[in-house]
Amino acid sequence: MRAYNQKAWIFVLPVLLLVAFNALIPIMTVVNYSVQETFGDNVFFWQGLDWFEQLLRSDRFHAALGRQFLFTGLILLIEIPLGVAVALSMPRKGIWVPVCLVTMALPMLIPWNVVGAMWNIFTLPDIGLLGYFFNNVLGVSYDMTQDPLAAWITIVTMDVWHWTSLVVLLSYAGLVSIPDDYYRAARIDGASNFAVFRYIQLPKMKTVLTIAILLRFMDSFNIYTEPFVLTGGGPGNSTTLLSIDLVKIALGQFDLGPAAAMSLIYFAITLLVSWVFYSVMNNQSDEAG
Amino acid sequence: MQKRNIVSILYILFLLLPIYWLVAMSFKTTNEILAGFSLFPQTWTIENYKTIFTDPTWYWGYINSIIYVSLNTVISVCVALPAAYAFSRYRFLGDRTLFFWLLTNRMAPAAVFALPFFQLYSSVSLFDTHLAVALAHCLFNIPLAVWILEGFMASVPKELDETAYVDGYSFLRFFTTIFIPTIKAGVGVAAFFCFMFSWVELLLAKTLTAVAAKPIAAIMTKTASSAGYELGLLAAAGTLTIIPGAIVIYFVRNYIAKGFAMGRV
Repeated sequence: MRAYNQKAWIFVLPVLLLVAFNALIPIMTVVNYSVQETFGDNVFFWQGLDWFEQLLRSDRFHAALGRQFLFTGLILLIEIPLGVAVALSMPRKGIWVPVCLVTMALPMLIPWNVVGAMWNIFTLPDIGLLGYFFNNVLGVSYDMTQDPLAAWITIVTMDVWHWTSLVVLLSYAGLVSIPDDYYRAARIDGASNFAVFRYIQLPKMKTVLTIAILLRFMDSFNIYTEPFVLTGGGPGNSTTLLSIDLVKIALGQFDLGPAAAMSLIYFAITLLVSWVFYSVMNNQSDEAG
Repeated sequence: MQKRNIVSILYILFLLLPIYWLVAMSFKTTNEILAGFSLFPQTWTIENYKTIFTDPTWYWGYINSIIYVSLNTVISVCVALPAAYAFSRYRFLGDRTLFFWLLTNRMAPAAVFALPFFQLYSSVSLFDTHLAVALAHCLFNIPLAVWILEGFMASVPKELDETAYVDGYSFLRFFTTIFIPTIKAGVGVAAFFCFMFSWVELLLAKTLTAVAAKPIAAIMTKTASSAGYELGLLAAAGTLTIIPGAIVIYFVRNYIAKGFAMGRV
C-alpha cells in the first residue's frame, strides 16, 4: 500500500515544470488560433467556433479521419499478432539473443525521413529492389505512385517493418520474465503448446502488450513524416492521412484557424481512445497486483 | 537454431532487406543508382562517405544530433527518477490524474504544434541551440521515462527503503547509492528509449534549429536539389545514422532482456 504524502509533489515538480512549459503554452496558442481568423501578420479576428463547425461537416475531414482509422486499425491488427509471434519464436538463451535484439532494433533507430526516403527508392519499379522484383521477376504490376492499392500496401508494409520490433521487444521482455518452473509444471500436467500460450504466456504478457498497443495506437495515429516522404499523400488523396492533411492546411495554405481547430479535434480523439485503453490497462494491473 | 525459430529468422530477413538496400546504395554512384537495377554495386565507391566526413555541414549535423540527444536523455532520466519514485511510493493529491496527463503529451500532433513551439523558444531566446531541441523532446520522452521507471520501481519491495532508513541513511544517500543501482536495468531501458525517440524525431528538431544546432536528418534534405536527388549521398548519410543507435543498443541489450523482466513495463 502506498503511503499518503503530499511532499511527493516536490519530487514531481521538475517533471511538471518541464512538461508544462512544453505543453501548456503551445496548446494555449493553438486554442487561441482555433477561434480566430487571420489575414496577415498578427491581425486576428474573432471567429468563435465556426472552424470547428465547418470542419466537422466537411467531407475532406471525414475522409482523412476515415483513412487514419483504417491505417491505425490495419497497423494494430498486423503488428500486434506478428510481434507476439516473433517474440515467441525468439531464442531465450545463448549468443543469438543479442544478435536478434540488436538487428530487430535497427529499423527503429533510423530517422523517420530516412525511412520514408529509403522505402521510396526501395519500391521504385525500375531501380528499387522490391519494385524491380515484383515487376520484372514476378511479373506483377506494382507502382505505388500510380496505384492507390499499391501505395496502401507500401505504407502499411513500411510501418510494419519500422515498428513491429517495438511490439517484439516489449513482448519478449514479458516472456523472459516467466520463471522456468511454470513451463515445467505445465509439461508435467501435459499441457499443449496452445494451452501454455493461452494460460501462461498470454496472461504474463498482458500488461506489456497493453502498453505496446497504447504506444502503437498513439504513434501510428500521429504518424506524419514517413508516409509523407514515401507517397506525399498520393496518388490523388488516397494516402492522405489526417496529419498530412493537417500540415497541408496549416503550412500549405497557411489557414492557421482551421488547422488549429483540426488539430484540437484530432487531439481529442487520440485522448479519448487512449483513455479507454488506459482505463482497461489500469483495471488489469489492479486485478494482478 | 531450432525449427521454432523460423518465424524470427524470416522476420529478421525481412528487416534486413531494406537495410541491405540502403547500405548497397551508399557504395554506388548516383548515376549507377538511377541507371537501373543492380543487386550489388557495379563500381564500388566511397566518395559518398568521403563527402560526409570532409564537409563540415555534414559531420556537424551528426555532432549536433548527438549533443542534443545525449542532453535530452540525461535531462529526461534525471528528472524522471524522483518523479517515478513519488508515483511508485506515495499517494498524493491527483497522482493518477497527473500520471495520465503526462501520457497525453505524447499524443499532441506535432505537425501543428511546431509553429507554437517555434514562437515559444524564440521568445525565451533559445532558438537554434542544442538545449532548445533537448528540452522540446522532453515533451514526449519524460512521460515515457517516468512510465518505464515507475514500472521498475514498483517491483522493488518497500522493505528496502525502510531498512535503509533504519540503518540511518539519509534519503539522498539511500536514493543514489542503494536505490538507483537496484533499478539500473530500468535506467538503461529508459535511457535507450529516450535516446531512440529523440534521435529519430525530426519535425521539432528541424523547426527549432537554423544553422548552429541543425540535426543530421534535416541536413539530409539538402541532397534534394534542383538537379535531382543525390541518392548515393542520401544513402550513405542514412547508413551512418544507424550506427550511434546500434552502438547504444549493443550496450543495453542485456538490460533489455533482463531489465524488462523485472518491471511491469
